[in-house]
Amino acid sequence: MSILRVDGLSVALPLGADRALALDGVSFDLSAGEILCVVGESGSGKSVTASAIMGLLAPGLTVTAGEIALGGEILRGDAWRALRGRRIGMVFQEPMTALNPLMRVGAQIAEMWRVHTDYGRAEIAVRSLRALEEVGIPDPPGALRAYPHELSGGQRQRVMIAMALALEPEVLICDEPTTALDVTTQAQVLALIRAMQARRGTAVLFITHDFGVVAEIADRVAVMQRGVIVEQGSAAEVLRAPQHPYTRALLAAVPALEAPPPRTLSEERVLETEALVKTYGARGMLRQRQPVRALDAVSLTLRAGSTLGVVGESGSGKSTLARCVAGMLRADAGVIRVAGAPMPKGRRAAARLVQMVFQDPYASLNPRRRVGAQVAQGPMALGTPRVQAIADARALFALVGLDEEAVSRFPHEFSGGQRQRIGIARALAMKPRVLVADEPVSALDVSVQAQVLALLRDLQARLGLSILFITHDLRVAAQICDEVAVMQRGVVVEQGRVGAVFADPAHPYTRSLLAAIPGRGLVGAG
Amino acid sequence: MRALRTFLRNPVSMVGAVLVGAVVLMALTAPLVFPGDPLGLAGRPLQWPGANPRFWLGTDPSGRDIAAQLFHGARISLLIGSVATVIAVVIGIVFGALAGFYGGIVDTVLMRVTEAFQTLPNFLLLLVLVAVFGSDLRTVVIAIGVVAWPPVARLTRAEFLTLRERDYVAAGRMQGLSDAHLILREVLPNALPPVIVYASVVMAVAILLESALAFLQLSDPNVPSWGNLIGLGRTVLRSEWYVSAIPGVAILLSILGVSLVGQGLNDALNPRLASR
Repeated sequence: MSILRVDGLSVALPLGADRALALDGVSFDLSAGEILCVVGESGSGKSVTASAIMGLLAPGLTVTAGEIALGGEILRGDAWRALRGRRIGMVFQEPMTALNPLMRVGAQIAEMWRVHTDYGRAEIAVRSLRALEEVGIPDPPGALRAYPHELSGGQRQRVMIAMALALEPEVLICDEPTTALDVTTQAQVLALIRAMQARRGTAVLFITHDFGVVAEIADRVAVMQRGVIVEQGSAAEVLRAPQHPYTRALLAAVPALEAPPPRTLSEERVLETEALVKTYGARGMLRQRQPVRALDAVSLTLRAGSTLGVVGESGSGKSTLARCVAGMLRADAGVIRVAGAPMPKGRRAAARLVQMVFQDPYASLNPRRRVGAQVAQGPMALGTPRVQAIADARALFALVGLDEEAVSRFPHEFSGGQRQRIGIARALAMKPRVLVADEPVSALDVSVQAQVLALLRDLQARLGLSILFITHDLRVAAQICDEVAVMQRGVVVEQGRVGAVFADPAHPYTRSLLAAIPGRGLVGAG
Repeated sequence: MRALRTFLRNPVSMVGAVLVGAVVLMALTAPLVFPGDPLGLAGRPLQWPGANPRFWLGTDPSGRDIAAQLFHGARISLLIGSVATVIAVVIGIVFGALAGFYGGIVDTVLMRVTEAFQTLPNFLLLLVLVAVFGSDLRTVVIAIGVVAWPPVARLTRAEFLTLRERDYVAAGRMQGLSDAHLILREVLPNALPPVIVYASVVMAVAILLESALAFLQLSDPNVPSWGNLIGLGRTVLRSEWYVSAIPGVAILLSILGVSLVGQGLNDALNPRLASR
């Protein structure tokens, strides 16, 4: 039986946006006890769908046609506010910003009952405790007294789920609830949502960009592209036999977990780290915090012309390693050798050796300067004449697949994927011996991600680049890396050829990482 | 360009621009409308506005034309406002940029100096400076600039503290760029919008400070400033209140104009905050 019915819903974007309608005639039904995944790339309108159902459309967005009905009752105006929280619950992407940092967790959960019911204080306390027990938080009484920052990301998301389900809503809307979480935590939270939903018969609308997550959790799938649902059906149908070309393209872009056949690697060692140590939070006599060993005797070797992947979850020290190698952080102990010699202290000498591609394509370019100038400024600082540097920048733009004329444009005129190409051009302009790529495709949509990975592979073949590739995504690592090092809490627990490590992991941590990859059986399997 | 269009479409900033424009127009046309010396004796003292068609805003206690002083005073107020603002903004940006970019000991030293200036009430400091260095126009302008910079320094520092951590600054460092290049080309242009907005506040404060000085008759008595006129009117405030009130309204309107322009700039340069 259908609980939530969305019928011909159209939402207009403000004038001057890239298209007229954020949603164009979106219709679907959600029945009790089923999970419907709405999947699409950024800008497809999947989050607008969620906020339209909650009646929380951002200012400037207006519903122009269609209706939303909950249990046969059409939602409009003031009726919405009474329904939010009581009959529709919502879980957001980033639990830290969705929780009030100044209120104890217990008070925030209790607020749900205080506002919507007339339970007494004691009743609410009992229910709060039971809610946290149900979502499987260790030490529920302690968690009730804790502030949000004292919990881990996964625990915070469990609290959010407990709050969303506190009033036993008929519909639960989850907007990318696991995107900000590590892969093992993500697997636990997905399992929790599944279990809670099965126990209570809640209807779940699950918004995600990740087909792996879809394969893991969905009963039915709706694929969105530019505000339109292009394909809708059962999870098995859509994933195994996609009908629409867009769905097929998206599924094809999910990187496979099986690595391509191994290449023969050069014996030349272009980058070596030897017993690298970096400790945070140790300075200061009155600090009570335990110092954190971000790098604990890390020794790695990158062979010339190959890619070494460093994988691990957040807090494993992989980004610290990248920043040390790039010279942005000074290690406490250990040696970094590039092309056989220790890293020079001077900024200019180091510039020729190591360059970096950053994670966030929106933060890595200066918004107020022309992109060509940002690529050319490095060689110019090292003495290349201006005319030559600009000409080189144009050639590099062509090399990374951009229009040569684009050098005179500003960053906001480019998409995320194009900006990442500019970032690569900027790094290559210095002709570095080692390219450090810190999560270079994590902020990109899956189809753009595939293009950037293809570009990196192509550049490596043509220019013989040596790449230190940091990623949390094992699928990406399998596709781009020759060798891989798995890091856990600052220690390299396993390393070797990527195919061998992923096919036959020796360390239990590697095994748990591989097991937690969502949808490994269904999506991108060869 | 988009910022300019937002600015021009905003009614608040347009009201401000009209007010500031009127003051600028008064300053520009002063020698044409009132060709004589505005401080010269013009007629019988303390004539009410409208009483004598020659002096449509009346005369002050010394028999000088108030309208002439108002027009010529616009030049002085604009001069003081803009020059003192430039001085304050330049000192503030230098202090704030260096402190914010380098951090550590540089930051500590520069910020303690800033705080030393800030803990003194700035009008008191201004009085001391004028008492020590004299009260001709140039000294007054410099003194106002010197007391008004600390908030600019703090604002610039705060911007630099966040901007220096951006990836594009790290990328510039890795490209081997010099600190001067990083500060001037990468960080400063991105730090400027809030500082430009704040400059309008500094300008309003500068005009007010000069008026306050003049009210105490500590400003340069040889220039026809609005503050001087208010100061002259003080002695006859209970009977001929218009002598102080007319330049008072002029100051009120020009500061309102400058503030509205500042608010319009803020809306135009920080579009995400504009709709709130």
